[in-house]
Amino acid sequence: MLSQYAFIGVFAIVAFALPIIGLLMAWLLRPKKPNPAKNSTYECGVETIGDTWVQFKAQYYLYALIFVVFDVEAAFVFPWAVAYNKLGVYALVEMVLFVAILLGGLLYAWRKQALDWH
Amino acid sequence: MQHVMFFLFAIITLGAAIMVVTTRNLLRSALWLILVFFGIAGIFVLLNAEFLAVVQILVYVGAIATLIIFAVMLTRQVMDPKQPRFNDQARVVAGFATLLFVVLAVIVTRVAWPVAIGAAPVDAIQQLGMDFVGPYAVPFEVASVLLVVAMIGAIIIAREHE
Amino acid sequence: MDYIRDFFINFAHSWTTWISGGLPGWAVTVVNFLLGGLILVMMPVIATLALTWMERKVIGRIQNRLGPNRVGPWGIFQAIADAVKMLIKEDIIPDRADRPVFNLAPILIFVGAAMLWAVIPFGRRMIGQDLNIGALYVVAIGSITTVAVLMAGWASNNKFALIGAFRVVAQLLSYEIPMVLSIGVVVLVVGSMRMGTIVESQWVPFCLVLPVAFITYVLAAIAETGRAPFDLLEADSEIVAGYFVEYSGLKFGWFYIAEYGNLMAVSAITTTLFLGGWRGPFAGAAPVLGPLYFIIKTVLVIFVLMWIRGTLPRFRIDQMLAFAWKVLVPAALVNLLWVAAALKLPVPQAVQYAVMLVGNLAILGVTLTLLGQSAKQHAKRHGLAGA
Repeated sequence: MLSQYAFIGVFAIVAFALPIIGLLMAWLLRPKKPNPAKNSTYECGVETIGDTWVQFKAQYYLYALIFVVFDVEAAFVFPWAVAYNKLGVYALVEMVLFVAILLGGLLYAWRKQALDWH
Repeated sequence: MQHVMFFLFAIITLGAAIMVVTTRNLLRSALWLILVFFGIAGIFVLLNAEFLAVVQILVYVGAIATLIIFAVMLTRQVMDPKQPRFNDQARVVAGFATLLFVVLAVIVTRVAWPVAIGAAPVDAIQQLGMDFVGPYAVPFEVASVLLVVAMIGAIIIAREHE
Repeated sequence: MDYIRDFFINFAHSWTTWISGGLPGWAVTVVNFLLGGLILVMMPVIATLALTWMERKVIGRIQNRLGPNRVGPWGIFQAIADAVKMLIKEDIIPDRADRPVFNLAPILIFVGAAMLWAVIPFGRRMIGQDLNIGALYVVAIGSITTVAVLMAGWASNNKFALIGAFRVVAQLLSYEIPMVLSIGVVVLVVGSMRMGTIVESQWVPFCLVLPVAFITYVLAAIAETGRAPFDLLEADSEIVAGYFVEYSGLKFGWFYIAEYGNLMAVSAITTTLFLGGWRGPFAGAAPVLGPLYFIIKTVLVIFVLMWIRGTLPRFRIDQMLAFAWKVLVPAALVNLLWVAAALKLPVPQAVQYAVMLVGNLAILGVTLTLLGQSAKQHAKRHGLAGA
């Protein structure tokens, strides 16, 4: 099993190397003539006003939180799915319970309009 | 070879963790944190715990790190590297952090952890799934409740601010 | 003849035997790993060269145009001309950008697109590594893309880029859940996360057994690759190009390659999970046919995705998010439970599959009816046509 992951590791190194080699090649080939106008922030030709890193909608954060909950749930589903054939009907009952509680949470979020974009 | 890899991952994890704490730019320290998660995933793989490794990346890199980056981006002032590094609670926090570290270190070193000798089971994931609905059925369901409680709490807090 | 019948595997064996003559065992492994990695890592690049041409031709025909037709016969060298242009174009880094993060983002997004290919089975035993956790690995690697997008959007120090990055991440997160759940349904039916095993056990393609999971996966895949109608993350008319607006030259090129690499990868994964992968007539007797079937099916999926892109208008962000959370996630969860229940019926597998199909069609019908009703209500409320 570890040899499989050795391949994944080698593959990751190759996957990092290719774009780096490509960028080095481009670095050798491409012209370099920077000027202040070229290097300014692109905003369709208008001078940029104020700081970019301004406060964002909190709504995005709420989606990310709900996502974390369901992502963890998915991580629980997979081992259960792999073992399911070896298990009795109680496995089904337990998963129905597990999913029903989460669906309840989703319904709550839905009713509280946490899923709506304001 | 495995020892070399372990030390490599350990150095990556610890080095990145030190960068997380010392980097002045908050978003960059969130990115270093992602490297920490990858290092830990590598250590899980070395322990033959491939499922934990993949979940580590799926949940921590994919979800938790994104959540942290969102949180950093949503808070305006902390982003500024010119803000002072410490506030007046720094000393209290440092004390509690040291205490927590000592407690954890004592637990890790003093408890006789059960260690299995021999190769890891081939169908470890299947075993995990069986344990979820068998001996650990109650924690499994409680996890679901906990997740929903966390979600409801987050929604209530977010609603309050509007 | 026997050699031809399983040509790729036999050729690989011959190669290994040949280099084993002059090299110690560990070096053979290293050379083979590097070679395998190199072949797989080229997949996104090959995908870009082939698919940009195909996409321009297909979209061109849909829009009643010819598409590229100047560089080479039927314009097939257009992609190569573009590649050369990317390579020699000036690289501009905005003054206020966070340079290390800015430069790392295109590399990382390519790594995310390339790593997916490690677990995709091109034919019997023709797979980078048949990991025990293959199906989940695919999803986990996707989170590298999320991180790279956030890095690009933040490091550019550009408002368009940052808004684009936020939209992308909201979309990637929202559609990852239905995607994971529909993969989970397949894993449940097969009882293994190994991609090879998933293909082996599809004596009938799963798209005919689990249409809801199939449709959910395809829709989520379109959203994950950010293609129309889910292309609001780079909506040219609103935020110019989204998170990579400040990138030029080859750095932009890697984003582009990652995009097409991901398109091909999700199509290949769709083929593997739902269309029977490399299986086809005589593929059992002559495994050499496997990769051919695999490529044909993958190109077919890509064509359908291009067709969708050429036909449908763009979603609004509220519609996009609502569709994921209020339609796909509940449908996928109900589907998961239904399939689990069907698997516990004490009947032969074929009957179980039939039960699953009936339930899937019912879920599909209910979902479409509810969607139609809410569309009608919406139209009535706003006094639109079609009420």
